Amino acid sequence: MFRAESFGYRHPVDRIADVWGPRTPHGRGADWPARVDQQLADGVSESDVDRWVPSACVLCSNGCGCDIAVKDGKIVGVRGRAEDLVNRGRLGPKGLFGSWQAHGKERLTRPLVRRGGELVETGWDTAMDLVVRQSRRLLEEIGPLSHGFYTSGQLFLEEYYTLGVIGKAGIGTPHMDGNTRLCTATAAAALKETFGADGQPACHTDIDLCDALFLYGHNMAATQTVMWARVLDRIEGPDRPRVVVVDPRTTPAAEAADVHLAPLPGTNQALMNGLLRAVIANGWVDHDYVSHHTLGFDELKATVEPYTPQHVAEICRVSPAGLLRAAEIFGTSQRVLSTVLQGFYQSHQATAASCQVNNLHLLRGLIGKPGSGVLQMNGQPTAQNTREAGADGDLPGFRNWDNPDHVEELARLWNVDPLTIPHWAPPTHAMQIWRYAEQGSIMFLWISATNPAVSLPELARIRRILRQDDLFVVAQDAFRTETTELADVVLPAAMWGEKTGTFTNLSRVVHLSEQAVAPPGEARSDLDIFLDYARRMDFRDRDGDPLIKWTDAEGAFKAWQECSRGRPCDYTDLSYDKLRGSGIPWGGERLYTDSVFPTHADYCEDYGHDLLTGASTTPTDYKARRPDGRAFLKAAEYTPPPEVPSDDYPFIGTTGRSVYHFHTRTKTKRAPELQKAAPQPWVEISASDAADLGVAEGDLVRVESSRGGVEVPVRIGRCRDGVVFLPFHYGFQAANELTHTEWDPVSKQPLYKLSAVRIRKV
Amino acid sequence: MHLATYLGLLHTSLRSLAAAFREVAKGHGDEPDVQHTCTVLASRIDAQTEKLGPIVGRYGEDREDEPERLHTAEFTETRSGGVGLLRDLQDLYALASFTDITWTVVGQAAQGLRDKELMDVVSSCEQDTARQLAWLQTRIKQSAPQALIAARG
Ligand code: SF4
Repeated sequence: MFRAESFGYRHPVDRIADVWGPRTPHGRGADWPARVDQQLADGVSESDVDRWVPSACVLCSNGCGCDIAVKDGKIVGVRGRAEDLVNRGRLGPKGLFGSWQAHGKERLTRPLVRRGGELVETGWDTAMDLVVRQSRRLLEEIGPLSHGFYTSGQLFLEEYYTLGVIGKAGIGTPHMDGNTRLCTATAAAALKETFGADGQPACHTDIDLCDALFLYGHNMAATQTVMWARVLDRIEGPDRPRVVVVDPRTTPAAEAADVHLAPLPGTNQALMNGLLRAVIANGWVDHDYVSHHTLGFDELKATVEPYTPQHVAEICRVSPAGLLRAAEIFGTSQRVLSTVLQGFYQSHQATAASCQVNNLHLLRGLIGKPGSGVLQMNGQPTAQNTREAGADGDLPGFRNWDNPDHVEELARLWNVDPLTIPHWAPPTHAMQIWRYAEQGSIMFLWISATNPAVSLPELARIRRILRQDDLFVVAQDAFRTETTELADVVLPAAMWGEKTGTFTNLSRVVHLSEQAVAPPGEARSDLDIFLDYARRMDFRDRDGDPLIKWTDAEGAFKAWQECSRGRPCDYTDLSYDKLRGSGIPWGGERLYTDSVFPTHADYCEDYGHDLLTGASTTPTDYKARRPDGRAFLKAAEYTPPPEVPSDDYPFIGTTGRSVYHFHTRTKTKRAPELQKAAPQPWVEISASDAADLGVAEGDLVRVESSRGGVEVPVRIGRCRDGVVFLPFHYGFQAANELTHTEWDPVSKQPLYKLSAVRIRKV
Repeated sequence: MHLATYLGLLHTSLRSLAAAFREVAKGHGDEPDVQHTCTVLASRIDAQTEKLGPIVGRYGEDREDEPERLHTAEFTETRSGGVGLLRDLQDLYALASFTDITWTVVGQAAQGLRDKELMDVVSSCEQDTARQLAWLQTRIKQSAPQALIAARG
């Protein structure tokens, strides 16, 4: 259908230097032109490729459709799919270089078990026997609460669902979560608080249609490069949208903005209250919409009233004029798209601030309409599925743990006693799972497809927990990582391209990723590993039949479809066959086109929380408000962050991502181009802070918090004064040595953006 | 009129409650959410005490030491471990409930006196106390199974 004509591989561009690739400008409402990007291994030309296997990239939440090039049973490259609605053929540097080059390098090919302190190779039977024996013993001696499962945002939907059923109905433990807690828990929480259920309201096409684009704590230019290419194409086309960026750093996104607000880290809520106040005070509210489709306007209005531009300017250190200009753009643009990410999600008051973005849209009725809506962004590629399928702190199908009917539905579906499914409290969030492990009440911890020994806060503590004698750690990964080195059993897993499954991106677009090649050695898909565990544990349903009734990915998908039936994330219209074309969103292009929100008490995913403390709203209180399809305008006053700079630790340290790496670099460091582009960590400091400290570009400095320190070279960057930035990807001199164990009260997402640090020259 | 007695009771119970939240925050630093939330709630209780100031100015107060007794009996020091946390939160719940019902009593008097200013103070402070109780209940429910069934020591 579409073929690469004039861009990408036909006109080779250095996509490390030119991250977003050549421009294809388009005007408002025009289709985004296709541009096919392709990368093949050295010496391989297009005619050498045996097969192209359809998939989508799993190196960020954008989920760009692509084809995997296969030659002689090996992956030799990748090409964007021109017909895919997400990327129209484009791939960014991570997709081009990072998605396929790690496959043949340093893979785990056999299970490992710890003997005499050392990890030694063994067979599957020995390894799984050990796992099952530990599991059985602890279930017998202590019960399900001894078990914890910590998974990922990088597996497939089928794998999460299978894991979810094993944990919730097989074992019956509430201690299940994903590293999605670190990246997108606030997205889910903010959507639930405002709209009653998870689910991204907007879509990628809204970039093509909007008149104004707001990025809140979201450096899209680095984190979703192909999405940003789409924005750049609008910016360079006719009738460009106005762009507002909220970020303490002068990122490439901020440089492209019409208004850049750089609030002090830890003050987002004050800024948002200021924007809301200005929108209300200037009469930019659609009162008709508000009265028909929302609840809580009076309280919101009263809460934001004290946040005058001057007051906000004092708290956030932004200019009152900039704030008012941003409010005006929001208040007067016909179509507005907002995206939110880690700058908001990994701060204190994360859920509160993210809800205020939803509130702005609700005040103007700008949701569910072409060009208007909110994307509470995901970080990882398959995080949406962790949330949907119940492998994290949610019940599958966006069901409400506090609604006995929802639990009963699951029990019927799985044919188990409802009492098996833990629902006496919200499922345990990751930070609490680690706390229980630290205290010794979780003694069996199964980690899949994630590297907590680099990605969790306060790494010294995490390493200590993983080393505890009485904690049995199973780590399932494609590579040896900082985490597998501390595990008792290591299970070798297949990677993307070596297994089949589906996943859902940040705008609900579901892609099928088909197996292109066989996994190396004895490595198995994560799905097969979970199925094997279930078989060996002999989990049964109420009739004595096996609890897990499927044996492959498509079977798991069909079981999941049944589970999702009638719920907001209903997958019953999809199938593997339909998905073989290209990505398809669940729920239609946009959600809430009829302004009816999933807040009905029988239907909602959550009864909500107090944004300040995280206290759960009781079912009775929730029902008394009779939301019945109306969205909640949740309000919160600003409170100062738990850790602020002091004489000893005068800087605010924030962590984030590099455009060239993904997560803890297990894949991207094995792509030579990416590794060369960003081989080691650094600290970014403002020019004036650098001058005060007497350090220059490239000088080695020690950055320390009260928890630990790292030694890294300086980059004179574009942070605001008093704020320093460290990339979090690196397992050596890891930024998370500095961060603290502290989280948002509602989403439980850790506060990576707010560590008090000091810096000295080494 | 015995309102002054109740204002005194309220005043003392607020101070005890704020102190108790601070003690739990300090004693459970290994539970960062408990530490942070208790600190936030304590400062909001201070704000309640401030709001009570002008009311006390008008009606006077007779100091009562009953909540003080409640407090000292239960908060000589915080406990440790999963069950210890549970017990400390439960003690906070008891103290907060005492404050809650005391606000209710004062609120009833405010209605009888048609004292609009006092009624407003009571209604905002009652909401705040409800928030404390809701958070305590949420956190207690979350901790209880693990502490009672799986915790060691
Ligand atoms: S934008 Fe994301 S999904 Fe697309 S190619 Fe880059 S890393 Fe992959």
